[in-house]
Amino acid sequence: MSDSIMDGSIMDGSIMDYADALERFDPVLGLEVHVELSTASKMFCGCSTEFGADPNTQTCPVCLALPGGMPVINGAAVESAIRIGLALNCEIAEWSRMSRKNYFYPDMPKNYQISQYDEPIAHDGHVDVEVDGEVIRIGIERAHMEEDTGKSLHVGGATGRIHGASHSLLDYNRAGVPLIEIVTKPIEGTGARAPQVARAYVQLVRDLMRALKVSHARMEQGNVRCDANVSLRPIGQIEFGTRTETKNVNSLRSVERAVAYEISRQAQVLAGGGMITQETRHWQEGSGITTPGRSKETAEDYRYFPEPDLVPIAPDRDWVESLRATLPEPPAERLKRLAGEWGFSELELRDVVAAGAVDVIEQTVAAGSAPQPARKWWLSELARRANEAGVELEELAITPQQVAQVQALVEAKTINDKLARQVIDGVLAGEGDPEQVVEARGLAVVSDDSALGDAVDRAIEANPDVAEKIRGGKVAAAGALIGAVMKEMKGQADAGRVRELIIERLG
Amino acid sequence: MNELLRRSAADLAGLIADGEVSAAEVTDAHLDRIAETDGEIHAFLHVDADGARAAAAAADERRAAGEARGPLDGVPLALKDVLAQEGVPTTAGSKILQGWIPPYSATVTRRLVDAGLVILGKTNMDEFAMGSSTENSGYGPTRNPWDVERIPGGSGGGSAAALAAYQAPLAIGTDTGGSIRQPGAVTGTVGVKPTYGGTSRYGLIALASSLDTPGPCTRTVLDAALLHTVIGGHDPRDATSIDAPVPDVVGAARNGDVAGMKVGVVRELGGEGYAPGVEAMFAKTVALLEKLGAEVVEVSCPNFEYALAAYYLILPAEASSNLARFDAMRYGLRVGDDGTRSAEEVMSLTREAGFGDEVKRRIILGTYALSAGYYDAYYGSAQKVRTLIKNDFDAAFGAADVLISPTAPTTAFRIGERIDDPLAMYINDLCTIPANLAGIAAASFPVGVSADDGLPVGFQVMAPAMADDRLYRVGAALERELAGEWGLAKLGEGAK
Amino acid sequence: MAQTSPETRLSADDVARLGRLARIELSPDELDRLAPQLEVILDSVARVQEVAVADIAPTSHPLPLRNVFRADEVAPSLDAEAALAGAPAVEDDRFRVPRILGEEQ
Repeated sequence: MSDSIMDGSIMDGSIMDYADALERFDPVLGLEVHVELSTASKMFCGCSTEFGADPNTQTCPVCLALPGGMPVINGAAVESAIRIGLALNCEIAEWSRMSRKNYFYPDMPKNYQISQYDEPIAHDGHVDVEVDGEVIRIGIERAHMEEDTGKSLHVGGATGRIHGASHSLLDYNRAGVPLIEIVTKPIEGTGARAPQVARAYVQLVRDLMRALKVSHARMEQGNVRCDANVSLRPIGQIEFGTRTETKNVNSLRSVERAVAYEISRQAQVLAGGGMITQETRHWQEGSGITTPGRSKETAEDYRYFPEPDLVPIAPDRDWVESLRATLPEPPAERLKRLAGEWGFSELELRDVVAAGAVDVIEQTVAAGSAPQPARKWWLSELARRANEAGVELEELAITPQQVAQVQALVEAKTINDKLARQVIDGVLAGEGDPEQVVEARGLAVVSDDSALGDAVDRAIEANPDVAEKIRGGKVAAAGALIGAVMKEMKGQADAGRVRELIIERLG
Repeated sequence: MNELLRRSAADLAGLIADGEVSAAEVTDAHLDRIAETDGEIHAFLHVDADGARAAAAAADERRAAGEARGPLDGVPLALKDVLAQEGVPTTAGSKILQGWIPPYSATVTRRLVDAGLVILGKTNMDEFAMGSSTENSGYGPTRNPWDVERIPGGSGGGSAAALAAYQAPLAIGTDTGGSIRQPGAVTGTVGVKPTYGGTSRYGLIALASSLDTPGPCTRTVLDAALLHTVIGGHDPRDATSIDAPVPDVVGAARNGDVAGMKVGVVRELGGEGYAPGVEAMFAKTVALLEKLGAEVVEVSCPNFEYALAAYYLILPAEASSNLARFDAMRYGLRVGDDGTRSAEEVMSLTREAGFGDEVKRRIILGTYALSAGYYDAYYGSAQKVRTLIKNDFDAAFGAADVLISPTAPTTAFRIGERIDDPLAMYINDLCTIPANLAGIAAASFPVGVSADDGLPVGFQVMAPAMADDRLYRVGAALERELAGEWGLAKLGEGAK
Repeated sequence: MAQTSPETRLSADDVARLGRLARIELSPDELDRLAPQLEVILDSVARVQEVAVADIAPTSHPLPLRNVFRADEVAPSLDAEAALAGAPAVEDDRFRVPRILGEEQ
């Protein structure tokens, strides 16, 4: 089932065959997803959250934890947290507080993280995921606000690894970026489908964040990060087994693989009479295994207490209701609706979702394009360009309205597909709307029959052999003449019309 | 002694505004006084003579151009070293921050600079404001100008001593459990702890975030009110800052009328453990207020007996977390980085070397109070006591406009006398702590010297949150009555 | 869960554990000195338990403020030079720190 199990790359004898494991044990999951919010400024200070800036250029006395620096909560982050909570069908707390989670770590400047402990902003919700056509309800324990850490670069050891490094270099640009941590209740009864359920859940959360527009929700940039708790119990047992927490599982595929691996690994340990150590483990993307974190003598003692620099958050009910009114249609329902409206096949729809093109196609259709051409432009030409530039479709310098205009020009036969690509080039280059590009670049197809007729006559004259074949009934040979005409017209002709003119003369 | 040194800040500001003396002359007089006396007093950790002269020159230019910035423009001030000042060394009295130069200024510092005040330098303090004697400074103790064998109070002993030694007419302190008021009491100066949230904590190196309050330290009541007005008011950078105008403290300081005011003597703040000279002076002052038309009543605050215990849990707990940032990674001292040790080891070695005994004691105590299994019994219980103390205050302020007590149980004790006995040291804060726990306004005013030892005694006045002006009415009334037998001139005699 | 014994007993080992939690490498002498001092202080402050009964709400802030937020607006940061100026060691515009043993949390 999971790639890692199937491909045998990790079958080193230390883990049990997946199917065997599921015959003996019942997995219980717990998923913690961290979502980085896309606010303009950080959680507790005005530093920018923009990705990719030079190191330590987005820091200040607050997020660097200089002596005397102190936090003030970003109201937009609270608003996002409430909207996320509502979208997860949670209760929004009438009284919520930030707490300090105390532990020392060099990437965390204050040596405590401002987080939420016993009074989270949202709690007790649920979402439904669909796996193999079956709907599975996942309970949400809580969604709470916290702040991100800085980034460390480990130098002197094996590439970028913490072990064996001689020293580390710290960049605090990310320190203090707002995070929402979403914690599920124990997910039971999924059996062999546990890895797929985990994946489907993380994907749903990711899509929900995009629909809410609260996060860029790009897993490859670390905007969405998953920690997967896995425990096994013998089939029929009620009590949970000891769990492990696998950290930093940062792609959908990895979520599925990591959960499957832990099930097989734990099954092997338990079946051999061993005990599972409650520990943090790390997902190794390359080898497809989890490895133990440094074993701790005692459980962490985070010494949580209410953050004295901040006052309580008591969201007014009117505010909560006004935010509820801003919630988008749930992603699954929306997809179902759009699939019907657009008439896409299941395969087409899946490609559209995978490409992150649902929004742009919806907007292109809204701007007047038919669904299929809209899909075609975004998934072929524009997807290629986005890929080359390493950006999302939304980030291309062409709007869905402009794509609809390109399609309108094609349908009006003002341009053909090939010219349309040049028009798109022009729009992307900032030369204006499609019509302006057509105008400025002189891209409209030549529909003047006399000019085309002259070109056709010249082509017939220059290719008497071909002309003879066509006269003899081999209409397929017309392609060569069309090519010659198109070349002369520098592509600015309607190939269909050229064919008609050739047949008129030679048919 | 240069006569300018004896003048109040209000007077100096007037002389400067009228062009009778330049801000440069005033600043030079104080810098000279510091140079003469600070070898013995050690009120300053850093004297910024160049910065002060430049600020004074700028004030003089403004005056010449008719652009003076308000009632204290050009007047010198001493800043407690716990407040960040851009470009000027700031250590909070700790070796762990030796050499650190902030790239930014605290809101209080910025407001002082914007109002034209001339910052002479940074004053000595107990390390991270943990102490009542300034003996815990990482850079050696400050001495009390009244008797250099004695402590000047703490943690703001440097600021109080600078005033008493005529090194500065104004100073800034911070009060977490009495660190403005108790030094004021034992040096015969005025110290006001504004309502919590009435002055910004942004840029104040945190001791206990829910208690820390910056405030004015001066020799006269009016000066305190003027300075309070400069530094007070809402600051969006501090989430606990109150979004309301500063009470009219200057008006109250000029008025000084206590006729008809209900004054509550707190029964629990007196009696056993209070020096006879302190009690006698307190009784005499109460009688004076009565004579001035105040109605004196007795109030009871039964839970105050638990205040000290609650305070010595809440403070270490918050401090243990606040001081975690001093870890040798981004600034300050780094010890033991020999290329083989880990970050964890270097953190531990640096904190061992950089923190003094009292700081370590409180960090360990706070770590314990917050740790799993003990939170409810210690920190949680202390927070409940805090509620009880607030309730006591609410009831007491139902019966009286202000509450009064001695500021400290004794006058200044000798340097070294209590340094090895933490509990004996903590007793100093008995009277001042309840106001911090409840966040209300409180002040200490000088009212005379003790018959026991001839050393100054402070009189504490407490007022409800955002009723800071009441403190000033009482302070001004006392100052006016006592100016003959007690006041500026008398203060000078103690100073060498 | 609450430890309510009026007599708190702290060994040097207990203090050493607290020192590790607080990242302070206390010397053996300090451990021996601190343990009895902390016992005395803890016995004294444990008095709070006498009156801290269940139905009293804890106070963590002196004043009843709530919902204090800032607008989501970008404000100028320090420039990297100023941010790094106080650092004990710098490399490539980053804070250089000794090798890190633990795992990210």
